[in-house]
Amino acid sequence: MYTTNASRGLPRHRSRHPTERYGRWAGRALVATLVVSLLWLVLAFHLNGQWMFALLFLVLGSSLAVVFTKRSLMSHRYIFPAVAGLGVFVIFPLLYTIGISFSNYSSSNLLSEERVRDQLLSRTFQAEGAAFDFALYRDGERARLYLHGGDLTPEDDLPEASQGFVTPPLNLDNPEPRRVGLQAADRPPSGEPLPMREVIAARSLLQGLTLLTPEGPELRMAGLRHYAPILDRYEARDDGSLYDRRDDRVLTPDPAIGFFVTDDGERITPGWPVAVGLDNYTQIFTDPDIRGPFLQIFVWTFVFAGLTVVFTLAVGFVLASLLQWDQLRGKAIYRTLLILPYAVPAFISILIFKGMFNQHFGEVNMILETLFGIRPEWFTDPWLARSMLLIVNTWLGYPYMLLLCMGLIQSIPRDLFEASAVDGGGPLTNLWRITLPLILKPLTPLLIAAFAFNFNNFVLIALLTGGNPDILGASTPAGTTDLLVSYTYRIAFQDAGQNFGLAAAIATLIFLLVAGLSWLNLRLSKVKV
Amino acid sequence: MAMVQPRSIRARRLGAHLLLIGLVSLVVFPLLLVISISFREGNFATGSLIPERFSLEHWALAFGIPWERADGSVIQPPFPVLLWLWNSVKVAVVSSLLIVLLSTTSAYAFARMRFKGKAPILKGMLIFQMFPAVLSLVALYALFDRLGQLVPALGINTHGSLIVASLGAVALHIWTIKGYFESIDGSLEEAAMVDGASTWQAFRYILLPLSVPILMVVFILAFVMSIMEYPMASVLLVDEHKLTLAVGAQQYLADHNQRWGNFAAAAVLSGLPITLMFLLCQRWIVGGLTAGGVKG
Repeated sequence: MYTTNASRGLPRHRSRHPTERYGRWAGRALVATLVVSLLWLVLAFHLNGQWMFALLFLVLGSSLAVVFTKRSLMSHRYIFPAVAGLGVFVIFPLLYTIGISFSNYSSSNLLSEERVRDQLLSRTFQAEGAAFDFALYRDGERARLYLHGGDLTPEDDLPEASQGFVTPPLNLDNPEPRRVGLQAADRPPSGEPLPMREVIAARSLLQGLTLLTPEGPELRMAGLRHYAPILDRYEARDDGSLYDRRDDRVLTPDPAIGFFVTDDGERITPGWPVAVGLDNYTQIFTDPDIRGPFLQIFVWTFVFAGLTVVFTLAVGFVLASLLQWDQLRGKAIYRTLLILPYAVPAFISILIFKGMFNQHFGEVNMILETLFGIRPEWFTDPWLARSMLLIVNTWLGYPYMLLLCMGLIQSIPRDLFEASAVDGGGPLTNLWRITLPLILKPLTPLLIAAFAFNFNNFVLIALLTGGNPDILGASTPAGTTDLLVSYTYRIAFQDAGQNFGLAAAIATLIFLLVAGLSWLNLRLSKVKV
Repeated sequence: MAMVQPRSIRARRLGAHLLLIGLVSLVVFPLLLVISISFREGNFATGSLIPERFSLEHWALAFGIPWERADGSVIQPPFPVLLWLWNSVKVAVVSSLLIVLLSTTSAYAFARMRFKGKAPILKGMLIFQMFPAVLSLVALYALFDRLGQLVPALGINTHGSLIVASLGAVALHIWTIKGYFESIDGSLEEAAMVDGASTWQAFRYILLPLSVPILMVVFILAFVMSIMEYPMASVLLVDEHKLTLAVGAQQYLADHNQRWGNFAAAAVLSGLPITLMFLLCQRWIVGGLTAGGVKG
């Protein structure tokens, strides 16, 4: 094999050409800038407490620095960008997903413990029991609000000296929400309070008001006659627990489940992500509401991928044999028309089928009704939906098999068929004794790849049925036409709970299956490097 | 040409033609139907393949022009199809260029150099390529979410994130280009290096100009794959005006409100260029696809 100088590690001399020298310096400056900006990312992620991402960019930055400074790694400079892309966007997500599968990461356990604590501490409640009565008093064109009889510090249990407040004059015709400062007042402003009728008329203004007391707490309207103080709901204690002022209870953080819990076991959302070990996996295999749908989807995924390969191969092979026939004319036109499904973008042809199979005004049902008087419910009956998926996927997938088979049949020596004809062999003999045995071996790894592809054929399911019709009694979103991939996607992104941990556990199981398939594939195809 | 021919060849030839014509019509019917529907009036029109009530309504809407019906009501375009197409093309062109750049340099090293870890890296790339991106979407989402807080151009809902994410899928292209490089004799480069060219110069001025055809093929292949990419775009893009065509097009056929006619026009408009491009380049694309044994 021919090898270049660089990989032999020969020394390189200072170039005589200035442009080349400057070029090298520019390259070095670029690498340095990249390394520095990656290290900045590492630091930023580290400060945010996201150590996995910090580690990723640390590995990336340091390998970049090493590869582009060591002369002996000259060859690796050429492959570095591609390998880095693969590492960051394929291998890292894979490892990260496996990591998530051992945690309870979900929409309710999303933020770090610190952020959860801050969020809880910023919560407030309206102390209804300590509410102030209020009345409106006219002041020229405007009106003042007088409040009395409430308690700004309800938790101290001391009887409050009856305290009164009054607002500056307010324009009752302006309903915009606003914040208004209060002044202490011993007695109501002069004049008669406005009747209830006018209070109701000014309701939208009153509801929008936030009143600031000189002592600090804010007051907001609570019912037609009251303003109640808004108080911080939780109080941090030294032992890490939180005291709930409204309900008079103590919340203790439970690091095992990632929630604050009350004494009687109630969980307060939001929680934070914690490691839960194999919980997600045991849930898949023991929780009947998940195990049932999971097994059903698992089996359907295998059936779907297997049948797709069988059907597409059958159609593709028959067509390829026909198109290889010397006696046939117009082969080029047939070929072009027959690979059309491969040329049309899949997301368009799948949607075309979605419209055509529509139960009410789709063309398929219209034709079936005129011919046989039936209107199958393609999208609501599980078995019909599955057949529809197989029909559509065969339409989408056979051109690939057709092209493969054509290539392979072409490579069979013609004299074999000649000899067979001399011996009186018909087309069927040719098929069973010559064509099939000769193409099956090179075809096997490609069939495995096709199986793996359809095993994970997310786009078809997502665009055609979305997994529907649903499996009844499932605690996660699970459909009778869902494949494992689309099931995972729905658990992670379409369910209200967004149970990323469970989705990642199922994804990890699929990773194992795919790894097995690709290992098998590599063994069978004997890839030469 | 077979010299010995079995009997009854005419009947068999006729049968083959009939079978092929039947299958071709099954294949072509949905495509013709969509073209026909795009010219029918209204969203629920039915009828024969040649529209009885011809109307350019859906086409006008697909091009973003409001359409005035005969009864005077004006219909606004439901979705910005051209913008989606533009987004798709933008993302596809940039990511394909980057992919060609990355995979060419890597393929050169794999084809021409000897270094530690070459075989395992090549095989590993092939294996990792089989893991579908759908399964790591949670991780990718988290990655871009966090990254976006530090580098806004790479956050969720940016085309930057989609472009960068596509750089993970280069293994197939590396294998394709590597195969081509290996079919070119190395003596040309050797001669150049004897005359004092550096490794990079031999690659840049000798091998690269010879490889333009395969680079075109890889570019087109990457372009088509990027246009069709659905799962990643469906998670990373949020706003309507940021969507790519693959994600946006499904909104026409939402469960509660199916705009069948509008969809047909948009589908023909956006699908036709891609289909034609594919058919024109099919010889090379098919070679590339079947060699790797992976359908895009």
